[in-house]
This record gives sequence, C-alpha cells and structure tokens, in this order.
Amino acid sequence: MTRKQKRLAIIGGGVGFLTLAVLLVMFAFSQAIAYFYVPSDLAKADVPPGTRIRLGGLVEAGSVKRGDGKTVTFTVTDTLGQVPVTYTGILPDLFREGQGVVTEGTFVAGSSVFVADSVLAKHDETYMPKDVADRLKAQGVELSGKETVR
Amino acid sequence: MIIELGHYALVLALATAFVQAALPILGARRNDRALMELASSAAVACFLLVAFAFAVLTFAYVTSDFSVRNVWENSHSLKPLIYKISGVWGNHEGSMLLWLLILVFFSALVATFGRNLPETLKANVLAVQAWIAFAFTLFILLTSNPFARLIPAPGEGKDLNPILQDVGLAIHPPLLYLGYVGFSVCFSFAIAALIEGRIDAAWARWVRPWTLAAWTFLTAGISMGSYWAYYELGWGGWWFWDPVENASFMPWLAGTALLHSALVMEKREALKIWTVLLAIMTFSLSLLGTFLVRSGVLTSVHAFATDPTRGIFILAILVFFIGGAFSLFAFRASRLKAGGIFAPISREGALVFNNLILTTATATVLTGTLYPLVLEALTGDKISVGPPFFNMTFGLLMLPLLFAVPFGPLLAWKRGDLIGVAQRLFAAVAVGLVVGSGYYYAMNGGPILALFGIALGVYLIAGSLTDLALRSGLGKVAGNVAWRRFSGLPRSAFGTALAHIGLGITLIGIVAVTAFETETVVEMKPGMTVDAGGYTLRFDGMRNGSGPNYSEESGHFTISSGGVVVTDIWSSKRLYQARRMPTTEAGIRTFGLSQLYVSLGDQISEGGIVVRIWWKPMILCIWGGTLFMMAGGFVSLSDRRLRVGAPTRAKRPKTIAVGAAE
Repeated sequence: MTRKQKRLAIIGGGVGFLTLAVLLVMFAFSQAIAYFYVPSDLAKADVPPGTRIRLGGLVEAGSVKRGDGKTVTFTVTDTLGQVPVTYTGILPDLFREGQGVVTEGTFVAGSSVFVADSVLAKHDETYMPKDVADRLKAQGVELSGKETVR
Repeated sequence: MIIELGHYALVLALATAFVQAALPILGARRNDRALMELASSAAVACFLLVAFAFAVLTFAYVTSDFSVRNVWENSHSLKPLIYKISGVWGNHEGSMLLWLLILVFFSALVATFGRNLPETLKANVLAVQAWIAFAFTLFILLTSNPFARLIPAPGEGKDLNPILQDVGLAIHPPLLYLGYVGFSVCFSFAIAALIEGRIDAAWARWVRPWTLAAWTFLTAGISMGSYWAYYELGWGGWWFWDPVENASFMPWLAGTALLHSALVMEKREALKIWTVLLAIMTFSLSLLGTFLVRSGVLTSVHAFATDPTRGIFILAILVFFIGGAFSLFAFRASRLKAGGIFAPISREGALVFNNLILTTATATVLTGTLYPLVLEALTGDKISVGPPFFNMTFGLLMLPLLFAVPFGPLLAWKRGDLIGVAQRLFAAVAVGLVVGSGYYYAMNGGPILALFGIALGVYLIAGSLTDLALRSGLGKVAGNVAWRRFSGLPRSAFGTALAHIGLGITLIGIVAVTAFETETVVEMKPGMTVDAGGYTLRFDGMRNGSGPNYSEESGHFTISSGGVVVTDIWSSKRLYQARRMPTTEAGIRTFGLSQLYVSLGDQISEGGIVVRIWWKPMILCIWGGTLFMMAGGFVSLSDRRLRVGAPTRAKRPKTIAVGAAE
C-alpha cells in the first residue's frame, strides 16, 4: 500500500466506526431514556402504558400502606395532582412521608396505578431531587428550609 | 490562632502560585536561568504551604474545634478518630483543599524529580501547573473557605453524613483525586509542548510515567468507590451509570487511551499531535468531572454537599482552561511536526484502533451524561439517561476492542502479520470457549450471551498469557532457557499482561453477576428459611445494639449448605443520633469469589421483617480484576526505561548509584 492508501484506510476505518457510534447513540436515545413527570403533568401528557417514565413529587402524608409484606403503595403528589404508586421491594432508608421522591417504572394498561421498579432517595437527609424541587417551585409549592436543594 | 495561620498559609500559597505561574514562563522566553529555576523552589514552597493549611484543618477536626464552621457542620466529638480525619475531605471545602493539595504535590514531584528535564520545558510545565493551582486556590479562598469561623462556637457538631463514615470512603477520595489531578501533569506537559512548539519522543517518555501513575490511582479510586457503593448503600449494585460515576470514568477511559498513544509516540514518533490533544482532553474531562460533582447540576445519587452558586466559579475555571488549551492547540498544533506513517496492520495500527474505540466510547458516555442538561436547557423537557442507554452504546462499542486486546502486544511494530497472530491466539480462543461453556452448563443455562461474555474474559486472560509464553519461547526452547528469557522480559511486558488479564477478570465478574445473580425479596419471621445460590438462610431474630454515635437493630441469619451450618450473617439498620439519619449496613458473606448479600427493610408485624437477599456469583472478580490492573500499572512504572529521568543517567557518587541500582 502507498502512503496515501494507508492514510485513507485509517481515516476510512475511523469515520466508519464513528458513524456507527453516532447511529447507536441515536438509536439508544430513542429507546432507552425516561422522561420525567410530576403528577399534574400526567393529566395533560398522554403517557402510553408500558412507556418507562420517571415520576417525582412528594410522598403524600398518610398514604404509605404496606400490603402483603413486601409490596408498598403510596401516593406521589405535587399538590395539584396525585398518582398512586405500587412498589415491591425495600424502600430506601430516606423514604419518608412528606419528603421528595423519584420513582421509575410504567403504567399498566387499563389502570391508573404507577408500577415502580425503582424508588430513589439520596444519601442526604436534606435532599430534595432537583427535578422535583424545580417543578414544585414552579407550581408555587412552598418548600420549607429543610427541603430545599442545598 | 492556628486556624488563622492555616488560612494565611493558603493566601501565601496563592501568592506563590502567582509567582510560579508568571516568572518561569518569562524566563523560558528570555532564556533567563534564574527565573526558570524559580519555578522549582516556588513549587516546593507552594506544596509546603498548602500541606500546612491542610494539616491545620485536620488538626481542627481531630481536636473537634467547633468554632470552625466547616468542622461544626461535618464533625462530632463522639466520632471515631479515623472518621474525624476522613471528615476533612467528606465535605465540599475540605475536598477542594485535598484536590489542591494533590495538585501542588504533583508540581513539587515534577520540580524535585524532573532534574534532567530540559530547563525550558520544566519551567513551562511548572508554570502551567501553577495556573491551575492559582485558579483553584482562588476558588477555595473566595467561595469555599474551610477556615471560616463560627462565633459563638457551638458545643457539639452536626456530624458527618453517616453514610460517609466508612473506611472505604476514608481512602476513596484521596485515591480518586490522585488519579484525576495526576492527569494535570500530562496536561501541563502538553501545554508546555504547545508553548514551545516542539515535541519529540523524549517528551512522551517523560509523560508516560505520570500518565501511568495517574491512571493506576484513578483505577484504584474508581474501584474503591464502586465497592464502597456496593456494600454501604445496601442496594447490591456496584455501578449505576450515575453522572458522578461517569465523571470519574470518562477521564479513566481517555487516560487509558493516552497511555496507549503515548506508547506509539515514544516508540515510533507517530501520533504526536493526537497524543497532545488526548492529554488535554483527559485533564479537561477531570475538570469537567470536578465541575459536575461539585456544582450539583446533575441529579445524582452520589453527590454530597453541592452548591450551585459555586458551580459558576468552577465553570469559569473550566471554560478558561479547556477553552484556552484547545485554542492554543488550534494555533500551535501545526508547528509540531507530524510523525511517521505506518501500515494499518501493525502494533501502531492496533493502538490506533484502541484509541479510536476508547475515545468514541468516552464520547458516548459524555453524550449520555450531558444530554439531559442540554435537552433541559433547549426544550425544558426533563429526562433521565440510565443504564439501558449506556449498556446499549458503550457496551456494544467496547466489544470489538475487548476482542482485539490480545492482538496488540502480539503484532509487530511497523508491519504486522494478522493471520499469524490469529493462529497464535487460536488456543486462547479455544480455552475461552471451553471455560465459557463449562461455566454455562455449571450454572444450568441462562442467557447464551453470558457464555460468550465469560469466554471473552477467559480469552483475554489466556491471550495475555500467550504473549508472555511466546516471548519467552515456551515450547520452542528448553525449559530453563525459556524461564531465563521469561524472567528477563522487560517489566513493562508484565505490566501490559497484568493489566489485560485484570480486564479479563473484571469482565468475567461483570458478565457472571449480570447474568446469574439472583434477588429474593421476602417477608421473614424468626425461624423462616430462604434459599439463595445453593445456600439456605434461616432468620433467627432481631437484636438491638449501639455504637459510639448510632443505635442499631440487627438481624441474625444462619447459613447452611446441605443441612450443615456453614456460617452466619448480621445485617443491620442504623440510626445516627446527631442527624437522626438511618442507614443500612448490609450483611455480606464471601464464598470463594461469590457473595451472599443480605439487607433489611422495614419491620412489619410481630418479629416479621422484609429482607432482600442477593446471590452474587463471581462478584469479587469485578474488583479483583482492577487489582490486577493496578498491579500492572505499578509493575510497568518500575520498568527502568520508564523511571523518571531515565533517558540520561544523572552524575551521582558511585556508592549511591550501586545502592539505587538494585
């Protein structure tokens, strides 16, 4: 191979690989990301059953109920809307009524209950997920000092 | 008083950094030796000043001086000593001070051990280091002063976030920062080369040890952090593709690429401009990581004590250094003479392939990490990019690289023989497939991809051993000759093999855990049993206890196999008094390379409790592999060709030279 051909082979291989990577990233973005909603958004947005979303808000006081042992139901609220959530598993240490929470999962067809497969709370007891805090603030919910983002 | 001295030392360090940033560069331009030599003494002075400030803060923590706001916010007089010390960097201000300390430590190392660097290069490198040190000292003094006083002093502190009170976290940040910040030296060398407009193979020889050291520490830091998250958070996960994890992983990927491209540059004088660019990118990603972690712009499970207002300052530093470096690169790169060209099938070609894939993979991780930020800024939509995205993009892109790894060391420089190498690796492929299938059948099936994943890992190990065997002529020459050749191989050959073997081991762990782990969530009452991973766990009951600054409830489990009691597990939930914060202390038992992992949930009824039990097959391979990578790094560092200052032997008294030789 001549110098020129060698260079072309390397550049060609590189460009080909990069194209592949870009296509892969675009495909993954169309498949593997979850949009974030708060309960009042869901009335407006039409989320088809089976689509993975993140649902965030406050755990409504008095709504946490334990079913047959490991299944927990609770209501996520942003004061304007409420969504019932079920979750099977162990809740994070910092999961508390009245505190911010982010859940991830899907709606099951024919039901308004959100089935979460993960419930996130952070390592910090003063934590309010930023997404939740922003939305709640936008909707005029007063956050007490303890709950604001640090 | 001592606190004010610490603060004052930091102010002096700022002034020293300013001198070190300005004068040596001037000296290098005017060829003024006095000005250039100033850099070394300034670097050492700066290190001593920052070290003093750091020692003062540590002293304040150890003596629980709550008149210092930072100590009050993050410490407690009842805390064990080790966590009083680790509390120094368990918060924003202290961790930035640690960052700075490590930065100036590296500058001082360059100043001390870089005796036979060309004068101008050394002056420029130290000056660039000082720019970074200046920016971060200013940042600490203006926005995050750890020495701020609190008057009147409270009687008791607020305690460190209990989840951070752990040995893993005591050593994780220093290791991680040694890695992150270690790449600053590569960055400074790259900028110095651009300033001088000159670069050669010797440059790569000086840069390689720093890259290797930083890479080794970063590997240790990431691995430590992953293991800490695994046992401390109680979720049983070891990697979440969380923004903060990605922030440390991206410099690691870019640093790995740099390590390999510097090799080409040192041996073949090729890829010069690319190596300089990669050095700049690696440290830029470290800075970006610091920004992401410290500013809290991304929702993360790991970020502690973040403050958005400070983020702007770090962003400014980020823009200045990254923007400045890339502009300088754009203007000056053309002055660096391009290196030689080589055949696509050659060791250089293989290393280019490595670089192509690693940088592309870094780019996908960067895209996935920053996309939510960009999308929110543009459209207001909030999304989360989670593990599925990264598995789909990063995972797939890395596959060809993993397969190609054993080919690299076996290919010759300049012009390689791909078919010949493939033939030599045939045995490794066969071993991989046999072990993969064996494991697959031992696990009674599972996803078929797991078979190939395990096979790929075993092939990586076998392929790396093949390289060592071929080099020592095993099977072709007599055993003792082969042994002599084997022990005479350069240390860097062992380093390469160890690191690649480590990669294989980690891969095996990842595949085995992902494919074969089992998770059981059950409500248990005393006397109930659950099976996991071939063992039977019996729940015996709960017990209350307490530690120095917490109270806990622990569940006791007896583990038996085939009716015989093997061992037991305590798994607890703790409540830390000062912050009224609960944590989970998972109970973990190791069986060979696999682990049983038990974490407790809520108590339900009389004596009943929700329990989550995982069987994690081969999970220790994940971190065991990184130990091999680290060993590879250290062995490679000890290679005499790479020893700092190796190109020319300094004149030393003969006795010392003998002593230093072995």
